Order: sequence, then C-alpha cells, then structure tokens
Amino acid sequence: MNEIPEVIRTIPLNYYLFFSTMLFCIGVTGVLVRRNAIIIFMCIELMLNSVNLLLTAFSAYRSDPHGQIFVFFIMAVAAAEVAVGLAIIVMIYRNLRTTDIHFLNKLKW
Amino acid sequence: MQEFILPANNSEMRLITLLIPLLPFIGFLINGLGNRKLPKGLAGLIGCASVLGSFLLSLYLFFGFEGYGNRPYTTQIFDWINVANLQIPFAFQIDQLSLVMLLLVTGVGSVIHIYSAGYMSHDENFGKFFSFLNLFVFSMLLLVMGANYVMMFVGWEGVGLCSYLLIGFWNKVTPYNNAAKKAFIINRIGDLGFLLGIFLIFITYGSVSYGEVFNQASQLNQVNDGVVIAITLLLFVGAMGKSAQLPLYTWLPDAMAGPTPVSALIHAATMVTAGIYMVIRSNVLYTLAPDTLEFVAIIGLATALFAATIGLFQNDIKKVLAYSTVSQLGYMFLALGVMAYSSSLFHVLTHAFFKALLFLGAGSVIHAMSGEQDLRRMGGLKKVLPITFLTFLIGTLAISGIPPFAGFFSKDELLAHVFVHSKVMWAFGLLTSFMTAFYMFRLLYLAFFGEFRGTEEQRKHLHESPAVMTIPLIILAILSTIGGFMGLPAVFSQNHMLGNFLSPIYELARRAVPSAFEAHHLSHETEYMLMAVSVAVAVVAIILAYMIYGKKKSIPAEEGATLSPLHKLVYNKYYVDELYDAIIVKPVMAMSTGLHRFVEKGLIDPIVNGFGKATLGGGRTLRFVQSGATGSYILMMVLGIALILLLNFII
Amino acid sequence: MLTALLILWPAVAALLVLLVKGQGAKKVAFGAALVELLLGIYAWIGFNPADSSAQYLINLPWIASAGIVFKVGMDGISLLLMLLTVFLLPLIILSTFRHNYERPSSFYALILFMQTGLIGVFTALDAFLFYFFWEVALIPIYFIAGLWGGENRIRVTFKFFLYTVFGSLFMLAAFVYLYFQTPGTHTSELSAFYQLVLDAGTQSWLFWFLFIAFAIKMPVFPFHTWQPDTYAEAPAAGTMLLSGIMLKMGIYGVLRWLLPVVPLGVSQWSTVAIVLAIIGIVYGAIIAIRQHDMKRLIAFSSISHVGLIAAGLFTLTEQGLQGVMVQMLSHGINVVGLFFIIDIIQQRTGTREIAAMGGITQKAPFLTVCFMVLMLGAVALPLTNGFVGEFLLLMGVYQYNAWMGAVAGLTIILGAVYMLRMFQRVMFGETNHITDVFTDLTFTEKAVLVPLVIMVFWIGLNPNTFLNISEPAIGQLLNVINR
Repeated sequence: MNEIPEVIRTIPLNYYLFFSTMLFCIGVTGVLVRRNAIIIFMCIELMLNSVNLLLTAFSAYRSDPHGQIFVFFIMAVAAAEVAVGLAIIVMIYRNLRTTDIHFLNKLKW
Repeated sequence: MQEFILPANNSEMRLITLLIPLLPFIGFLINGLGNRKLPKGLAGLIGCASVLGSFLLSLYLFFGFEGYGNRPYTTQIFDWINVANLQIPFAFQIDQLSLVMLLLVTGVGSVIHIYSAGYMSHDENFGKFFSFLNLFVFSMLLLVMGANYVMMFVGWEGVGLCSYLLIGFWNKVTPYNNAAKKAFIINRIGDLGFLLGIFLIFITYGSVSYGEVFNQASQLNQVNDGVVIAITLLLFVGAMGKSAQLPLYTWLPDAMAGPTPVSALIHAATMVTAGIYMVIRSNVLYTLAPDTLEFVAIIGLATALFAATIGLFQNDIKKVLAYSTVSQLGYMFLALGVMAYSSSLFHVLTHAFFKALLFLGAGSVIHAMSGEQDLRRMGGLKKVLPITFLTFLIGTLAISGIPPFAGFFSKDELLAHVFVHSKVMWAFGLLTSFMTAFYMFRLLYLAFFGEFRGTEEQRKHLHESPAVMTIPLIILAILSTIGGFMGLPAVFSQNHMLGNFLSPIYELARRAVPSAFEAHHLSHETEYMLMAVSVAVAVVAIILAYMIYGKKKSIPAEEGATLSPLHKLVYNKYYVDELYDAIIVKPVMAMSTGLHRFVEKGLIDPIVNGFGKATLGGGRTLRFVQSGATGSYILMMVLGIALILLLNFII
Repeated sequence: MLTALLILWPAVAALLVLLVKGQGAKKVAFGAALVELLLGIYAWIGFNPADSSAQYLINLPWIASAGIVFKVGMDGISLLLMLLTVFLLPLIILSTFRHNYERPSSFYALILFMQTGLIGVFTALDAFLFYFFWEVALIPIYFIAGLWGGENRIRVTFKFFLYTVFGSLFMLAAFVYLYFQTPGTHTSELSAFYQLVLDAGTQSWLFWFLFIAFAIKMPVFPFHTWQPDTYAEAPAAGTMLLSGIMLKMGIYGVLRWLLPVVPLGVSQWSTVAIVLAIIGIVYGAIIAIRQHDMKRLIAFSSISHVGLIAAGLFTLTEQGLQGVMVQMLSHGINVVGLFFIIDIIQQRTGTREIAAMGGITQKAPFLTVCFMVLMLGAVALPLTNGFVGEFLLLMGVYQYNAWMGAVAGLTIILGAVYMLRMFQRVMFGETNHITDVFTDLTFTEKAVLVPLVIMVFWIGLNPNTFLNISEPAIGQLLNVINR
C-alpha cells in the first residue's frame, strides 16, 4: 500500500464509492423521470461520468493504469455518442417540434 | 427322430411336385395376359389342359406313393421368409392326406373346367374366367400341398382372393360385387383367427412346419393343455370363416352370385372344405384338445341343423343348394368333432362329387331357362332336359343318403361315429338328414316335374345343354354312384379303402393320446339298425316331399304373400343378415363417420390447432407491452437490471 | 466416398436442373435420379451383408472445436432405406411427366434437393448432422406442397411445417442434452450416444422428447392430424415423397436414435407407445372406411399401416424389427403406386370423389391389374410384399402381448373393408359420363407402375433378398439395446 501517494490516501476509497453511486443514481432517476430528451441525454452522461470516476479511483488506489485507459475509451465513445445522439435529437425536434420523449411512441405494437 | 418327415430324395418326384401347382399357374398367366387376345377355344384348352395335366401328375404321384415306401416326403422349393429362428420355407409336403386332396381338387377341378368351357362360351371375358379358375386351382393346391402352416395360409388367402374375383366376375352388377366383397371380408375375419393361431403355434413350438409342430405337440403337451386349446380354437375360427360355419356362414349363400361353375368348384366341392382339411391336417393338436373338439361338434351340428331349416323354404335353385352345402359342411365338422377324421374326409369326397353334380346340373337348368333361377318359374323340365334330369336325380339320391349312392355310405359312417359319441347329437343329425332329403326332393319336384311355369319366351329357349356340359355331369353322376365304395362299412367288408389309406396320418395323434383311438366297434346289429333308420328317415322325407310337391303340385308362395310368422322367419333366413347389419356393419360405419367428425375434427385437430391459436392469441395480447413509450422501456430495463443484480446477490 | 457421393450428387444435380429453362428440366432431373439409382445399386453390389457395422464410412471434421463431425456410412438398415429412396425417386419424377408444372426447374430442383436431405438422414452417424439433414429434407417439401399444391395449400403446409419443426425441436433439445453427457470434450457421434449410461428417470423424459419428434413425422396417433390434409393438398409428387419416403424418416429415427439411445426409457414406455400405435391402426382404418376422397382414404390407411410399423418397432423382437424393415419398403412402394393411380384417375376424370366413378375396369384393364396388385399388397395378401411385413410385425406384436396382437390384427379385416370398398366403387359397376371416356395407361405411366408391381412380387416372393441385408444390423441393434 505504500506506493499509493499520500494525497490520494487522505480521502478514503469509500467516499469515492458513495459519491459515484449517488451520481449514478441521480443519473438513473433523471433518465427515468425527465421527459426532455436532452436532459435524459445529460443524465446518461452523468452516469457514464460516475463510472469514470469510480474507475479512476480504483486505478489510483491500486496503482493499476488499466482503469484509466478504460476511462479514456469511455470518454471517446461518449463523445461519439453525443455527436450521434444530439444529431438524432435535432432531427426529432425538426420533425416533431418537441424533444419530449412521450411523443416518441410511434414504434409500438 | 423317425417321425420327422424327410425331404424327397428323388428328383423326379420333386419335379412333379413342383409341376402340379405350377401348371395351373402357367395357365393363369397365359390366360390372364392374353384375355380377349387369345381365341376362346385356345383359352379354354389351356385352362382345361393345365388342370388336367395336374390331375394326371397327381395320379402319378398317388400310384407312385406306395412304391416310394408309403412314406410322406417334403420338397423345398426355396427359402421364403427367414428371420432369426422363424424359418418358413416355400415347401410342399406329400402324404396320404394331401394326395387325396390333390386328386379331389384337380379331378373335380378338371371336370368343372371342361363344363365351364361350355357354360361360359358366350362370355366376352372367357379368358379372364379361365385365368381366375386356374389361379384358384393353383392356390388350392398350395393350400393342400404346403408343408407348413404359413404355406397353408398362403393358399387359404389365395383361394379367398379367387373366390372374391369369381363371385364378382360380372363386375358391372353392384349386388354381385357386394357379395364378393362380403365373402372376402368375412373370410378375413376367419383368417385373422388362423393367423393368430399360427403365431401361437410358432411361439409354442418354435416352428410352423407340420412335421416339427406335430412331433413336438405329441411329446410335450398333455391332453387339454390351455395352449393347445387356444391354438385349436383359433385355427377353428379360420375354418369357420372358410367353411361357412355359424356364425360366419352368411357369405356362402350370397356367393352364389358368381357363375355356376364357380359355385360348384369353389363354393361346394373344394374351397369350403379347406377348413375340414385344416382340422384333419392338425389332427394331432385337435386330438390333444377334446374340449375344442366338443365345441367343433356343437358348432357343426348347429350349422347343419340351422342351414337345413333355411333350405326348406328357399325358392332360388342355387340358394337351396348353397344352404344344403352349409348344412353338409356342418355335418363334416360334426364328424371331426367326434374324432371321425377319415369319415369326415370321406364325406368331403362324396359331397364334392354329388354337390358339384347338383350345382352343375342346376347350371344346366339355369342355362336352359335363360338365366332364370326361381323354382316357382320352373317345372316339367324332365322331358326337355333328360340327361340333366337323370344326373340330377342321382345327385339328389346321393345327398339324401339312399343306398347304394355315395352319400349313403359316407353319411352312414359319419352318423355311426356320432351315435357312439352321443345319442342326442345323432338324433339331431338324423333330423338334419330328414330335412336334407325333404328339401332336395322338393327342389327336384319343383324343377323337373309338373307343369312348366315360366314365360313363353323361356319355353321357346328350353334346350338340353351341349355335350361339353353334359359329359361332366355324367362323369360326376358315375362318381356319385360308385364313390361310396371306397369306404364300405364294416358289416359289408373289412377293407375300408379310404380309412386304411389315411390311417398313417393319425400315427402321432394315436401315440400322443392312445385312449382316443381305441376302436368302438359297434355290433353288426346296431350298425344295421342305424343304416335302416337313416334310410327310413330319408324315404319318409322323400314321400312327404312327393305328397306336397309331387302329388298335390303345390307351389311355394309368391313374394309378398302373407306367411305364418315361423314360416316368414325361416324364409327370411332368420334375419341373420339383417342382424349382422344392425349390430356390426352399421355401428362400424357410424363409428367411421363419428370418429372422423367428432374425434378427428372435433377433438384432436382442434387441440393441435389450439397450440397455433394460443400462440397467435398470446402474441396478440403481449404485443401491447410494446407501448412505444421510451420511458417505460427504460423503466423496464432498469428494473430488469436491478432484478438481475438482486438475484445475483441472493443466489 | 460413395456415401458422400450419394448425398451430394442430387444437390449438385439440383443446381444443374435450376439452370435448365422450361420443361426440359424434368428430363434432366430424371436423368440425374437415374444416375443416383445406379450409384445406389453400385453401393448395394459392393455391400457386405455379413457385416453389421456401417460401411462406406466417411468421417470428416465438421465443427471440429465442438466435436461435431461429418460422419456418414451405411449399415444394412441405412442401405435398405437408401435403396428405397433411390428407387422411388426416378419413378416419382417420371410420374410427373404428364403434368406441366409452372417453374419446372425449381420444382425438379427441389425434388432432387430433397433426396440429398433424405439420404443424409438415412446415413448420418452424428446427431447434429442427422438433425441438419432432417431439416434439410423438410424445406423442399414445404415449398413443393406450398407452391404447387391445391386450394388450401398455404394453411395446410404451414401447419405441417410448424408441426414437424415443433417436434424436431424436442429432438434437438434431447440431442443437446445427450451431447453434454458425453465424456471429455463432448462429441455428438452416434456411437458415443450408444455408450452413455443414463439413469432411468433421465431416459424417461429423453424418450418422450425423441418420441414426439419421430411420432409427428411418422405420424403416430394422436400426432397425425397434419397428415391427411397435407396429403390431400400436396401435388401428387409431393404426396408420394411424403408418404413413400419421408415418413420413413420418423421410423428410421426411432430405430437408430431412440431405441438404442434410451433403452431404459423404452422399456418403461414401450407399452404406452404400442398402445398408441395400435389405437392408430384401428382408428385410421375405421375412419378410412367412410372417406369419399380417394387421397384422404389412402392417407388414413397410411396412418393405420404406419401404426402397425410403430407397434412393431417397440416390441424389440427380431421378427418385429425385421418386419419394420420389410414393411417400410413395402409401404413405400404400395403407397407411391396407389397415389400415382389416384393421380392418373384424377387427371382423367377431374375428380377424386369415389362416388363419382365406376366401371373404370372396362375401359382400362391394364390400370385395373396394376391397381389390383398394389391394393392386394396393401391388404397384405400372401405372396405380395404387404404380407411379409404385416406377418412379421403382427408376430412381433403378438409375442409382445397376445391381446395387442389380436387387436392389431384387425388391420387384416379393416384393411380389406376400406380397400375393397374403394376399389369396387371406383373400378367396378357401370360406367358413367365421367368414366366413359377413360383411357388406359400410356407408356410413361406403365413405366412407373410396372417396376412397382414387380417390386410387390419380388418382396412378396423373396423377402430374404432384403431381410438378409438388414439382419446383421438389426441383430447388432438389439445387442446395443440389450446392453
């Protein structure tokens, strides 16, 4: 454990865990309850970032760079996702004049 | 191992044994393939010559048999069915019994073939007729020559097929076809019994070959073993079908739809006696099963009596003869039942002579009457058909049991055995004999005496049949006259030719159950007494018939006339056909429709379709889950993940 | 190589036929089937009947990582069924020469393609290969019946397809289970399945999984309801393929993949299976009596006949199983012949209604003789093929239980009832306006029927030709079952 920098050790790992979990739950709740597609989108980003945080924390605590590499991947994918996702939302808005997902129910039955 | 029947070691014998059934088969092929192409003369010639050839070869075998050491032998043609321990060779067996049957089948067969050449000369399917007749003779020969039960079954079914084909020979006429179908199907009921009997034989003795089976049975089985009783009863079911015994007799009267030579050959002289042949062939088994024999005797007697009563009031000349045949067959089974095997075969032979004669005579009458078969339309034919009349008279005397005609000897011998067995059965047998004489003479008087009652048209056509038809009649008349001398009763001669000849075939049975063969010698006085009684009974019947139909010239009532209830019951054959129709045919037909409509389309298919409908219905309902609202999907997803995590946590 | 050639040649030929435009396709297809027949006969000549193991064996890796192999070969049982297939297929193709189907190249390509599936089924020695060919054989017949069939063809073929696929999924499940029971790196080879030691409870449900698949295909009562409809709606060639060859797949499946694989399950349930089979015998026969469509009548009679075969299968006696072999051949031959005759009659009169006909025998003696012989074969008259099979089967059932034997024997009586009834009404009696213009057989029609008639007598007179081929294999099979 002595390889872990002092600065990091001042904040215990559990704090990171609680914080990430909370962030994640906020994200999930946001996705579930909000109707605006953009906000849902942001909530998804929130969830992704909570995972990123968690990965970084573990990585730092275990002195293992794998976790941080993952984070980079996730950030890259999230960027791509934002590009596609926002484009979709723009298209939806152009068609429906709203981004309320409750009006997006054409794909049923 | 002495009892085992050895293969023939003489290649000449083997060839002849093969040729006997092969000749009619070749005749069948030629006539069958050349129907309508061959000239009629040639077709008839081939048909007759092939059977006649077989007859001559049979005679050769018969007379060579003694030179061969009086020893039965088999001839294996090829291996037919071999599965594990089930070995069924296609093999023939020649012994005393098959020789007698060979002579009967080919001899009477030849005579009837010749007669047919005249009788059927106007038919367009002349060649087909002869090919079927030849096929019949072939099958019948397989039946009597086969060396194992399956071979017998081959012939057994083969004759059934030919009977079907020949009854329905004029296949444009639906009632004839129905009669043919009925014959085949009822025979099949019997055949099933026979088949099950064969299975049981195989399971019990591990073989179906006569030599092996009888040898084992005579050594292994006790008297009245359950399995032997089962085997014999099953086989007897087969015999009931083929030999038209109660309750499976109804096809035989209907079978008269066929051309008359067919009735003579198949439904009087040969095929219907197959059941008797089978029982005699299996005499070892039957001797071991006295209970079955008792049953056979009762069935035989009941049939004899029952059919004779129906015969009393029939007005169709062929129907009278048909019921008389059923009745006589009953007699033969009665004889088998009291273990008078040889007497039964004796009666088979004499019956073949006089019944073939009677049928052919009836054919001659029908031929002269332009197809009319109703006795009420005949009368006075004595003058126009002298040869037919004379031969018919001989046949009638023979069947009535008047000495010295053939029927007297066989019937007398048979009744004597029955007398030893049971006085009651004898009395009923005598009653049957009385009725037989009565209805036969009724027939004779109605057809040949009195005034002609047909139409003017028919009167003009009346003519004696051509020589090709009368010569067979004469031959059979001679046989019916002298045929009885092959089995003279003990009071006249110590030499019962037929009995002595057949005696070796009972050797195994005698060894297995010696007590059954202890001779019951009747005293000469009793024997004379029995003879006198049966002749007296016949004479009384004849006088009675003469009083009613000869002297008073009374004619049976027309259709639709009111009859006394009893008379009506008998006239309508006790409504047995109607009864069978109501309790078997109609229910099966109803079941056919019912099963199809209610079980197939109403139960099973809906269940199968139900699976499909349930799937469709399920889809129709469950699709509403697909609401299209993104929020609900996400909720589902989250809940699902939570559930999985939870389960993961718990398990 | 021969086995692979037998399997692949029809598929290759099917592709060739697809290239041919117009009605010339039928001739090419016929030629291809004849080549296949010659290959089959060549295999027969080179076959060693004393050897009970699979000959012409080919063992190639297929999905090597999963232990699934392309293993095909023929023992006596396979050889007989292969011979039946290669014998019947040219005749079936020849029987369609009178029709001018639309899109002939697809039609004949499908028939040939089906042959690949059928021979594959009869020779496969690997469970997944077997399953693969099992489904391969189903696809062509689905299209044949669905595209060239009668009025209700869509609904009926859909039901048939779903029903059989439903059944075969049970089989697949059982195979997967068995596969995972094999030791070491798993294998789906048949011989590995034979060596499995499973407890009675497992075998019990495996029995039902396999039984349902095969029972639907045969079909055994009460899984038969697809059959009369499909037979009635399919084109004549399709009906012949289905009844003549395809239902033998089910019987073969029981013989090869059920009895030896789950012997304990069989001993537990054989009575139930035989009782179902015997119900089918009587049920099919009784319903057949009152059918008024000839094709449906033969369809129900087929249920009855197959019931007897199924009963014989589960008796596990040598007589019974050899009877199954002979009766498979006999039934294939008889039923193809009968359906062909019905097709001939339908083509000339425009109907299959029994009541509408009569007196055909006066117009067509040659047809009458062929019809008569095939009918007699079907009602098991001695010296025809049907007798040998039914005799052995009934003996097998009788050995199993005498009463069951007696009930099964009713087929002897009932068979005569419905067959003679139909024969009489169609062939005998007076002609009417429909049958007045009936003409006798043409040359190609004779060319189809005469070989069938010859086979009826060949099997009837000398069944040992065929019994000897399957005898060692059946003996070996019984050894495996009683291991």
